[in-house]
Amino acid sequence: MSAKKNSHPVKRIFEVYLPLVPFLIFALFPFYFMMVTSFKGDAELYELGAIPFWIRKGVVLEHYSFLLNQTPFLTWISNSLLASALSTMISVTMSIMAAYSLARLNFLGAHSFGIIIFITYLVPPALLFLPLSQVVHKLGLSDSIWSLVVTYPTFLVPFCTWLLLGYFKNVPKEIEECAMVDGATRFQALIKIVLPVALPGIICATLFAFTLSWNEFLYALTFISSTAQKTATVGITADLIRGDIFYWGSLMAGAVLGSVPIVIAYVFFLDYYVSGLTAGAIK
Amino acid sequence: MIIDRPKGTAIPIYIQKDSLWRRLRVYLQRDAVVGYLLISPAMTLLLILVAYPFWIALYFSVSNTMVGSPGSFVGLRNFINLLDNSIFLQTLQNSFVFTGISVFFKTVLGLTLALLLNQKLRFKRFIRGAILLPFVIPTALSTLGWWWMFDSLYSVVNWTLYHLGVIASTSELNWLGTAHLAMAAVIIVNVWRGLPFFAISILAGLVAIPQELYEAAETDGAGRVGKFFYITLPLLRPVLVIVVLFSTIFTLSDFNIVYVLTRGGPVNSTHLFATLANQVGLVSGNIGEGAAISLFLFPILVITVYFQLKMIRKD
Repeated sequence: MSAKKNSHPVKRIFEVYLPLVPFLIFALFPFYFMMVTSFKGDAELYELGAIPFWIRKGVVLEHYSFLLNQTPFLTWISNSLLASALSTMISVTMSIMAAYSLARLNFLGAHSFGIIIFITYLVPPALLFLPLSQVVHKLGLSDSIWSLVVTYPTFLVPFCTWLLLGYFKNVPKEIEECAMVDGATRFQALIKIVLPVALPGIICATLFAFTLSWNEFLYALTFISSTAQKTATVGITADLIRGDIFYWGSLMAGAVLGSVPIVIAYVFFLDYYVSGLTAGAIK
Repeated sequence: MIIDRPKGTAIPIYIQKDSLWRRLRVYLQRDAVVGYLLISPAMTLLLILVAYPFWIALYFSVSNTMVGSPGSFVGLRNFINLLDNSIFLQTLQNSFVFTGISVFFKTVLGLTLALLLNQKLRFKRFIRGAILLPFVIPTALSTLGWWWMFDSLYSVVNWTLYHLGVIASTSELNWLGTAHLAMAAVIIVNVWRGLPFFAISILAGLVAIPQELYEAAETDGAGRVGKFFYITLPLLRPVLVIVVLFSTIFTLSDFNIVYVLTRGGPVNSTHLFATLANQVGLVSGNIGEGAAISLFLFPILVITVYFQLKMIRKD
């Protein structure tokens, strides 16, 4: 629907901005509520008649200090950081290589390989997690971060390859061909020419890979059992409940803090996230 | 003798000593060699950690393997037992209800939101950023927030409904403890999480529709409804198909939301394939049966992939 010209400003508020408000509330309210809950004292939190929407009895930091001092929260965060960073590096490297060969090189099996990559992306972890748990066990990687570093690329590589393929195809062939006439090899052309031009795509792939790794839950839950090895998502959802008692304040604090790295990346690189999704849609 | 010159290589003008190193360098400039080298890491990874586990899954599903003890071949017994199992049949029903309703709402709401966003807006960047947030934040963690929002005693949803006069008391609706309400809750969270993906993707498709088409339609007398049904929807079809097919796969195989919110309960009324497979295969240890449950996803995947590829080939 196109924008109307010469529309009365009040009319625009009603037709354009007002309908957006329910969507914005729907999207943002859970985060607001999680933050408010994490700063509420236990007394007010568990008071049945109290208004849940804001804090009346003073902002309280005990949930955060409990989280940071009396749980392995920081260990979980560092585990997530390590697993995500390593998986991202491995996957993006593999994807750059695979995407470049699919975009530029014609060889027997290239097209089939492309289809295989695409199909692999559609095989969900929900199908693979059970047998993978046995493979991981056989490789001796059970209960360690390395099980994740090794398995995360299985869904990161197809996605990043697909994403980068689009960006690489948009790099004009001529500049590479110029370089190769001057004596550069394919490898040199890739590293010195294509990569700098396709840098936005690489940043995009890196961001998505990191986000998908950080957010991953099923494999981390399945492959890792001891508390000290858990990642942030698993530790916060599983280990903050003692017996039957839910430490809701700390649970919310954990959920808020556990999302912080992603939020930081998101705020700084918003346009890359949007363009990544957009590129996916118009393929 | 025909000299074979591989495409895309520079001809060495002089060849000095035919050393191994130099021959290797020339060999490495062939497209095919470089191509295979570049894709071999990814191929190896996918072979060992996707193709091989898939093969193992097939083996497990026709065996009676338990955790810690290798099993033996039992044919299709696992599958037959499942089709007789009321919990599995409930899961089957849950999966279709969950996926059908969620994808429907995500499509309708996503389309609406995309249409709203496709106008001249101030703060466009902020609004888009806010809308996309549920999709980017770790689902397991944001579902914790929803868990608290649906808590049986302290639910803010109930509080709001009570104060709006919709329900009689704040503990009237035990969302996560009542069968249909739990399914509703899980659907709501899934729609909340997936809506941004639909909205932003459809928006991309909307932006690509040329203005001239709308202007031409206006001069032909088309109103807003006419423009929507005769221009917007048909031109959005490719994007919609892709987004719906992707979402169907990921919604059907969802694990995080159901696991964190309900663990599949109450009384198995929200179990999906993934959560049931986890329960049966890993928690209870019956790997054979768990693998069989997971594999029920496969036919649906094949059908979806087939349609996806068909659509992509069409363009």
